Amino acid sequence: MEKTMVSRRSFLRASVIAGGGMMLAYYIEPLEKALAAPALPQFGPPVTLLPASFITIAPDGAITIMAKNPEIGQGVKVMLPMLIAEELDADWNAVEIEQADLIPEKYGSQIAGGSTATPTNWVPMRQLGAQCRAMLIAAAAENWGVPASECTTSPSHVHHEGSKRTASYGELSAKAASMPVPDPKTLKMKDPKDYRIIGHTQANPDIKKIVSGKPLFGIDHTMPGMLYANFEKCPVFGGKVSSANLDEIKTQPGIRYAFVVEPGPDPSALAGGVAIVADYWYQARHARDNVLKVVWDEGPTAKQGTDTYNATAEDLAKKDPGQTLRKDGDAEAVFAGLGVKVVEASYSYPFLSHVPLEPMNCSASFKDGKLELWAPSQIPSGGVAQAAAALGISQKDITLHLTRIGGGFGRRLTNDYVVEAAYIAKQVGVPIKLLWTREQDMGHDFYRPAGYHNLKGAVDASGKIVAWRNHFVTFGENGRFAQSAGLSGEEFPSRFVPNFSQLASMMPSGVPMGAMRAPGSNAIAFVMQSFIDELAHAAGRDPLQFRLDLLAQTPLPPAAPPPGTPVAFAPVAFDGPRMAKVLTTVGERSGWGKTKLPANTAMGVAFHFSHRGYFAEVAEVHVSKDNAIRVNKAWVVGDIGSVGAINPGAAQNISQGAVIEGMSHTMGYEITIDKGRAVQSNFHQYPPLRLTEAPKEIDIFFVKSDNPPTGLGEPALPPMIPAITNAIFTASGKRIRSLPIEPQGYSWA
Amino acid sequence: MAYKLTVNGEPHTVDVPEGTPLLWVIRDVIGLHGTKYGCGMALCGCCTVHINGEATRSCTTAIQNAAGKHVTTLEGLSADGTHPVQLAWEEIDVPQCGYCQAGQIMSASALLAKNPHPTDADIDAAMDGNICRCGTYLRIRKAIHRASEIAAKQSAKAPAAAAHS
Ligand code: FES
Ligand code: FES
Repeated sequence: MEKTMVSRRSFLRASVIAGGGMMLAYYIEPLEKALAAPALPQFGPPVTLLPASFITIAPDGAITIMAKNPEIGQGVKVMLPMLIAEELDADWNAVEIEQADLIPEKYGSQIAGGSTATPTNWVPMRQLGAQCRAMLIAAAAENWGVPASECTTSPSHVHHEGSKRTASYGELSAKAASMPVPDPKTLKMKDPKDYRIIGHTQANPDIKKIVSGKPLFGIDHTMPGMLYANFEKCPVFGGKVSSANLDEIKTQPGIRYAFVVEPGPDPSALAGGVAIVADYWYQARHARDNVLKVVWDEGPTAKQGTDTYNATAEDLAKKDPGQTLRKDGDAEAVFAGLGVKVVEASYSYPFLSHVPLEPMNCSASFKDGKLELWAPSQIPSGGVAQAAAALGISQKDITLHLTRIGGGFGRRLTNDYVVEAAYIAKQVGVPIKLLWTREQDMGHDFYRPAGYHNLKGAVDASGKIVAWRNHFVTFGENGRFAQSAGLSGEEFPSRFVPNFSQLASMMPSGVPMGAMRAPGSNAIAFVMQSFIDELAHAAGRDPLQFRLDLLAQTPLPPAAPPPGTPVAFAPVAFDGPRMAKVLTTVGERSGWGKTKLPANTAMGVAFHFSHRGYFAEVAEVHVSKDNAIRVNKAWVVGDIGSVGAINPGAAQNISQGAVIEGMSHTMGYEITIDKGRAVQSNFHQYPPLRLTEAPKEIDIFFVKSDNPPTGLGEPALPPMIPAITNAIFTASGKRIRSLPIEPQGYSWA
Repeated sequence: MAYKLTVNGEPHTVDVPEGTPLLWVIRDVIGLHGTKYGCGMALCGCCTVHINGEATRSCTTAIQNAAGKHVTTLEGLSADGTHPVQLAWEEIDVPQCGYCQAGQIMSASALLAKNPHPTDADIDAAMDGNICRCGTYLRIRKAIHRASEIAAKQSAKAPAAAAHS
């Protein structure tokens, strides 16, 4: 039994990588490495982006800019057009933003994941704006018979100072369109001090529609003659239907179709289950809830559960690690030697579900061999590739429209619901909208993997960390980590401790796993920054100063990139001084060590580097006698490059959201697996933070550094969890070593 | 079964089985998509509407319990997006993904209709049933205070126009 499972999982992973779900692997890889994979359908072939694909200027001066990436609440729908408009020197008030369909030949990569939109588009989007501006100038110069080099622009206008002439972009647009597209390398970009749009808060372009309830989201899409679908999958991951009472289902009010779907070759794209299609969605749901009876072939995962994983992890921790991820010096010799204080601790964290508030859905219409999709997907090209494979049609016969998305968090990097909608639409030959219930969403996620870390560290008499060993127990097999379950040998404090071992062992699992906002980091920061805190306290040092001292060490060289990696694609190494700067700044802003706090109240500090962003955070926490917790205030300081935040208002909003999400992880988020299925089913068992529990203030600040701008969707999240748990320790003396804390007797005050 | 109800001032007769949640009548039968589905168990507040002025979770309100009543959805809060709560939400730029915001706005507008100058504690009590997965809570608090100011100004200017929803 065990053997079959192993081979099935290996196959699954291979096919996921081939089929478009590769984004999950990509998501945790350094950016350059990901970009070095142009052979994958999501990225390539590299396309030349043309200004005409993105920018339309009407004779009346109205400017339409296409927003190419999926909008999941991260603010990309305004951010990318801001980059274009800045170098175009557009009048921002004249700009309308339009969501693009999925057309990679025209728009290049269209992905919401890995905090990649900023670093990958910072140059190309500004170049498009600059090219278009140059074409407008060329048109004016030709009209006026003056050299283009003598022309300047002000918002949406070209000027020639010498002849005192001015023309609006609207007047020039028709002629500009016939001008040659200049080589972007020949164009001079704006001096950042002249930015009028970048670095200034710009509003959400959908705000009016959102506040007035206009249809915007995937779930709101309708089509003439549309039917509504639900898809019930085996509660045990990887199971399939043996039999179902389809005839009885078909007698229920409004039910038009009910049929069994066999699992596809890639079950992470199309799993086995029962499709129910009705006049209205609630009829399908009602039949599913009250009438549907399925005999499932549950498969081997039904034998697995959190208990078995915990026991296996405990066992593996005692054995020799399967893999050495990095080794410097000899940590074991230091632990055995004299003159050091040794601390040992085990940390763990659970599986998590993403729970974006808009449940999984997709609308699909299949007609004359062609498929049209309205898909709230973070990686729509993956959905197209997988739908084409599942339906046996060419990707060219699929059109995909991007909708606004009610939250992503990494859940929608997997396109199972897109493939299901496509499959059902083809079966019934009528346009359908597939919608999952919340219970199906929580029960059929690609979960943030649970993990176990067994740590040992030593500080010397001067209070310096001299040795560190981490034996990480995680999921995977045949030497390969499960999706999003890996750990890099370079993870901090790697390179900053002379005797350092990062080791890993793995166990197989049938639970589907995937990336969740700040994958890997969202759990690793808790472990590393908590254990660093333990060592600081063991050394009798202030936790913030202890960290600054650690960051001031001369780092060992980073590991060589895998053989054959082009130099430009080497992973980014952790930069101590950049982190020290944000850490010092958060200390100043929070009044660390200087503020007199009430009884049972303390500050905790933590930092983490992920997605090229450096973040240090402080939480001020009150812990009552009966372990009721209140986060009074939180401070976030980030370094995401030279402009601080491209859109400061949106940056503040999502960074505050990252703090709120970190609080949810800390207190109550936990998916437990029993008999191969998720135990939790809805928000009463898996509670996102509520307004009452939110801090009154969350201070967000960005330092500017001499680095190109990088992404913000993720890196603000990881440090908040250990900042809170470290504060709990200082306030109450209780060290938190596993998440979440609610089962350990804590609650929000 | 045919049920009569008023939605955003318009009379509707809907033919759905007893027990059908009001949410799905509003979304799929009447075709107004502003009201959202998030949990179906009165846990998230996405589906909040006003029934005879009271903020109510439409996902757990059976159609027979809404029959004969006045239902207001986000679309009916104002004709042109100028309800004080909508204006404040726009000014503060509250949303991230935006999915929860219909419910947030309906809970906030019901609160302000009864309590034009709520304290933070009043806001906490009225808004605790509305989850924002993206975590826009600080802006929600701020926007409710702002809406209260806008409403005060609107009613000072035009007392008759203040009787929204
Ligand atoms: S959908 Fe009604 S409260 Fe969640
Ligand atoms: S804005 Fe996304 S759930 Fe509230």
